[in-house]
Amino acid sequence: MGEDELGARLKAYEGRAATVAGVGKDPVNLPMIRHWCEAMGDTNPAYTGPDAVAPPTMLQAWIMGGLSGHGGHSQAYDELSALLDEAGCTSIVATDCEQEYLRPLRPGDEITFDSVIESVSDRKTTKLGTGYFVTTRTNVRVGPDLVGTHRFRVLKYAPAPRPRKPPPRPRPVVNRDNAGFWAGVAEHRLLIQRCTGCGTLRFPWLPGCNHCGCPDWDTVEASGEGTVFSYVVMHHPPFPAFDPPYAVALVELTEGVRMISNVVGLPCDKVRTGLPVRLEFRSYDDELTLPVFRALEEAV
Amino acid sequence: MRQEAPLRAGEELPPLEIPVTRTLIVAGALASRDYQDVHHDPELARQKGSPDIFMNILTTNGLVGRYVTDHFGPTAVLRRVAIRLGAPNHPGDTMVLTGTVEQVDGDTATVRVAGSNALGHHVTGTVTVTVPPAAPSGGAG
Repeated sequence: MGEDELGARLKAYEGRAATVAGVGKDPVNLPMIRHWCEAMGDTNPAYTGPDAVAPPTMLQAWIMGGLSGHGGHSQAYDELSALLDEAGCTSIVATDCEQEYLRPLRPGDEITFDSVIESVSDRKTTKLGTGYFVTTRTNVRVGPDLVGTHRFRVLKYAPAPRPRKPPPRPRPVVNRDNAGFWAGVAEHRLLIQRCTGCGTLRFPWLPGCNHCGCPDWDTVEASGEGTVFSYVVMHHPPFPAFDPPYAVALVELTEGVRMISNVVGLPCDKVRTGLPVRLEFRSYDDELTLPVFRALEEAV
Repeated sequence: MRQEAPLRAGEELPPLEIPVTRTLIVAGALASRDYQDVHHDPELARQKGSPDIFMNILTTNGLVGRYVTDHFGPTAVLRRVAIRLGAPNHPGDTMVLTGTVEQVDGDTATVRVAGSNALGHHVTGTVTVTVPPAAPSGGAG
């Protein structure tokens, strides 16, 4: 498609009728006037009582299609809308309204209107998205009398994709068996459980010793040195909080226990078994800090 | 309301604060028969690139008209209102309307109106209003 072939097609609709012989869905009436004044907080006495007039700024309200929509749109206007819709410009926002009030509207006035497509802008990019400004001009009548004019500009646009904030990483499940481990992480210490019965180190944290069954334990702080014992690279499926591909490693600490973590500071395809790594604590958000392992070798 | 005095270019209208509540946005949209989802449905508004629902132009138009007639009184007649929207009015914001009489021609004044919110200028525009001279308040003499 050319530079803006669509724009050129849209321009062809300038000057064509948008609405022909439109009829207001309701005659000017006191209940709609009252609802309007309540919404606007407008207590002007000119809008109540036996000699009430409608607030002039209600002009457009009398020609709105409401929930059931407009009946009176011209074929040209429908075509223009369809072209924009097909181009993805499915959203609409009003930007300008210019109204002239030639005489007050009174309850009982039956409204008719005609409108013309006055102009279609070049393609414009706005904060909301890219699209075209379409300006229409409407003559509002009661019987043969012109009572108001209404120039209205809307932006028909394709919504700009909103940058989605990734959801936070999953929270660790902290329970009475592992609370000591997470308390250590909070202080940037990696604590390994040690059986006070037989001295065996264990990780992850468990309520008893795998070796001797003793429930009593104390802790040893890991030095932070280790090597990659094994690893996988996660490609698929992607989880919303993660950014694949990334390496998940089973790290063997120098103390002899192994733990699962991420290897950072090295492209995931450079991670190898035997890679020397060092512990660091990485903050992922205000509430989540995790022990991870940084590769000690430069990427080759 | 303003004290009876001749219209004067340069006269400033006292500011009017409009709390932009969700209720005002929805009430204004319905009173103006505007059922566009962006004026009442936050989720659909977000899908269309807006962080929340926002006030429709007809409500802004009504509030601008009210601002001017509140000041000049019930005998004032609006002749023309021309507005341009900028930053949207989202729930929880406050719009402050200000106005200055820019030009006077007999009993007709052109008032420049602006409405700003936390994001910037929501609306700028001009209102032309006719203000009949006050009826004599006492007997002749």
